[in-house]
Amino acid sequence: MCGIAGLIYKDKSVNIGTQLQGMLQALKHRGEDSTGYALYGDTDGENFIMRFKVGENVGEGSSSVSEETSVYDERIKIVKSHILGMGAKIIKEERILPYSLRYEVSYDEKDLREFSRKIESVPGVEILSMGKSLEVIKDLGNAKDVCDRYNLDKIVGTHAIGHARMATESGVDIKSAHPFWGYPFSDVSVVHNGQLTNYWNNRRLLENEGMRFMSECDSELIAVYLAKKLRDGATLKEGMKASLTGLDGVFTYFVATKDSLGMAKDTMAAKPLVLYESDNLIAMGSEEIAIRAILPQEIDTYDPYDGEVKVWQI
Amino acid sequence: MANLKTTDKKSKSQSMGMHSEVLTGRTQQKFFNPSEAESFYYFGTYDVDFNKRTDLDVKEMTAAEVNKEIDNLMSQGYGTIVIKNPQGKHSLGVGILNKLNLIFEGSLGYFGMGSCDGPTVRINGRVGWSCAENLMAGKVVIEKNAGSCFGAAIRGGDLICKGSVGARTGIDMKGGTIIVGGDAGAFTGFMMQRGRIIILGDVGINLGDSMYDGTIFIGGKIGSFGSDAIPADLTDSDQDWLKRKLKVAEIGEKFDVSKMTKIVAGKKLWNYDNLEPHEKKGAI
Repeated sequence: MCGIAGLIYKDKSVNIGTQLQGMLQALKHRGEDSTGYALYGDTDGENFIMRFKVGENVGEGSSSVSEETSVYDERIKIVKSHILGMGAKIIKEERILPYSLRYEVSYDEKDLREFSRKIESVPGVEILSMGKSLEVIKDLGNAKDVCDRYNLDKIVGTHAIGHARMATESGVDIKSAHPFWGYPFSDVSVVHNGQLTNYWNNRRLLENEGMRFMSECDSELIAVYLAKKLRDGATLKEGMKASLTGLDGVFTYFVATKDSLGMAKDTMAAKPLVLYESDNLIAMGSEEIAIRAILPQEIDTYDPYDGEVKVWQI
Repeated sequence: MANLKTTDKKSKSQSMGMHSEVLTGRTQQKFFNPSEAESFYYFGTYDVDFNKRTDLDVKEMTAAEVNKEIDNLMSQGYGTIVIKNPQGKHSLGVGILNKLNLIFEGSLGYFGMGSCDGPTVRINGRVGWSCAENLMAGKVVIEKNAGSCFGAAIRGGDLICKGSVGARTGIDMKGGTIIVGGDAGAFTGFMMQRGRIIILGDVGINLGDSMYDGTIFIGGKIGSFGSDAIPADLTDSDQDWLKRKLKVAEIGEKFDVSKMTKIVAGKKLWNYDNLEPHEKKGAI
């Protein structure tokens, strides 16, 4: 059991870090092995924001092996040299935690595939997100733990999706935590509640077509599946609709891009979702109490039906 | 079956199946005796006065605290309790085995009003998954929408949603009536064994999938029939019953029930005996 939450404001920016934290914290009973945020903040849109990790959080029940901090330092040096070697320029760098970093990068190329491949060729390094608005922050612990650790309450933006995870199919570590970046597409992220039963078959097919998997978490398949559809020229909604038959199992997932938020529910409607929709705000979560965290007044909500796909634009 | 006209009270109650089997559990072991008034109530239930009313603001309370306080108020004789600010909390109002007027001014989360036997409940908001699961008797009315597994495994009572409901409505239901004013999702009546479901709007795919018995009435479009669910003739008595039920439910009073589709089990999948144990003994 996991919990997912998402919100999008169509006409204004708010403190989305704080709002999503409230929603996810309300769902912490659905799992607090790890919590992840995909926040679409207000930026000037000039540079890429790259969130990446050079190691794992080895505390808090982690299934990862401990490493020396000096190993992280060495990896960071190599990452920097790779960035510069590809003609990109680091505008701003922050080391949030020993293993977690945020870089603002000036990079003119539109295709992030080669860039990402080069960075991730360094053992232990994974790009959590890359985009001009998107920032994926995920770590072990509940929503408040992660929010406090990464100072997410300061992030202002229009929309966000998040995930409170109870690990069932793969390890308790950052690489298996949601959200997943829709590599190599800028500003695409996915969170999922459910279980996919044709993960390995799909993974083999997609890897043969050059797609990249970083974990053994079945949910990552959705991000890769949608990325493949986008690569083939489908719109986001077309890709999501195809996923209803392409993915087997039970699922409710959210996907977000730079200017949109979408949801899809499997044809069995086996996983919960409660949705609130008004002219300027859409808020949704695995349980109504997530929505109540930001809208305590009496509101009208509903459960989307089986096989339903919805996308909202800013 | 014994001749009910000539038997004494004790034998009569046994003949009617009120304790025809040795059952285990806290309440079922109590012997029924019409001369003992308290035997009509569950152990630990209260004699309440419906005119005695109180409000309870639960904004800062946990579900366990709310349910405990409802029990406490019933013990003081309150027969009408208004719950304010439920705010989507889970498991509110569960396990009430009492006559009670319970009003929620707001929405409930998951498992609201579960395992109840007797209360009359009005919820002026929506409810999450598995509302009124295992309802034995009473009436639960939801003014807005409901989530999935609405009325799962109910055995009796009336469960009414004036809005739309999610998937698997009436899953595994064993009695009672579910009435929905709007639409219903996939797998409505999934594995239902008895009882009746009325949906005035549309339903999703796999309607009545693997249903053992019971009846489903649909007013709108049907996504698809599930395994062993088949249409049946809508009789005059069906229509009379539907009209009466909708009137009591305060929805769809003007609905043209003659155009509803009736669905029953084809009974091809299972060798299922639809009689309760005491009925089976009576039949033998």
